[in-house]
Amino acid sequence: MRFGIAVYPGSNCDYDTYRVIRDVLGEEVRFFDYRETKIENIDCMVLPGGFSFGDYLRPGTLSAHTPLTQAVIDYAEKGGIVIGICNGFQVLTEAHLLPGALLPNIHGKFVCKHQYLRVENDSTVFTNKTKKGQVLKIPIAHHDGNYFCDEETLKQLKENGQIVLRYCDKEGNVSSEANPNGSIENIAGIVNKRGNVFGLMPHPERASEEVLGSTDGLFILQSILSS
Amino acid sequence: MLIKFFIRPRKGVLDPQGRAVAENLRSLGFSDVKDVKVGKYIEVYIEDKTVEEAEKEAHEMAKKVLVNDLIEEYDIEIVENR
Repeated sequence: MRFGIAVYPGSNCDYDTYRVIRDVLGEEVRFFDYRETKIENIDCMVLPGGFSFGDYLRPGTLSAHTPLTQAVIDYAEKGGIVIGICNGFQVLTEAHLLPGALLPNIHGKFVCKHQYLRVENDSTVFTNKTKKGQVLKIPIAHHDGNYFCDEETLKQLKENGQIVLRYCDKEGNVSSEANPNGSIENIAGIVNKRGNVFGLMPHPERASEEVLGSTDGLFILQSILSS
Repeated sequence: MLIKFFIRPRKGVLDPQGRAVAENLRSLGFSDVKDVKVGKYIEVYIEDKTVEEAEKEAHEMAKKVLVNDLIEEYDIEIVENR
């Protein structure tokens, strides 16, 4: 597969993601500058983590209004596969490719730790290598990961199976104690209705090699390969 | 010409900054503090035009980028001769 990685000023997980795709997955990958206007010959676009444009105004906002993100919107509308990780998730909501918003964490603190996640939908492009109810251990590192949406949107997310990952404990219990940031219903990752755009706060690229303490991120990245 | 944007968290949306500031004010003896909202203030300077045109442009700016109406609400103020 040919992956593309968006690079905005302030992206800082772009090289981590590049390394995992090239050296661990063994796939083709290239960077896309935020001023580029076209995405061609790419099978999956990745919007990486970081603090693009310094999180000015709101996280992801200024990135959402760049030429490259417009190209990502066009690419997604044609059915292209897009995954936004952490700041990438924030960009996707601000670009209206995904519903809702990422608010500041409920406790006002940056949270950086390994986190357990329960797979809620195993039939997406991004989770077909997992099983529903499976618990993944993948790091989170964010200040604004508190997923918020209105009640009508939440209802639709549930009805359409768009909630893909929820924060949970080691045993897979989804509880307020296991919620690291205050997200509505422990939501950690969602897909759009069509199922080709995925946003998640956890970092699968940081859980892709034994030396990093977990390889559970590969369940997500390898799902994309077999899609 | 100046457009002032006053942006604050929408009612019902969590505002950790506001909550922390409220707790701090109470701890300083301001026991009558009921609630605090921490928002943003933005100044946008534009070329002179009519107030109506400026207001229209301001709301477009808010809708497109400056405000996320899912989580924020705002007011504007137009100042002429600035």
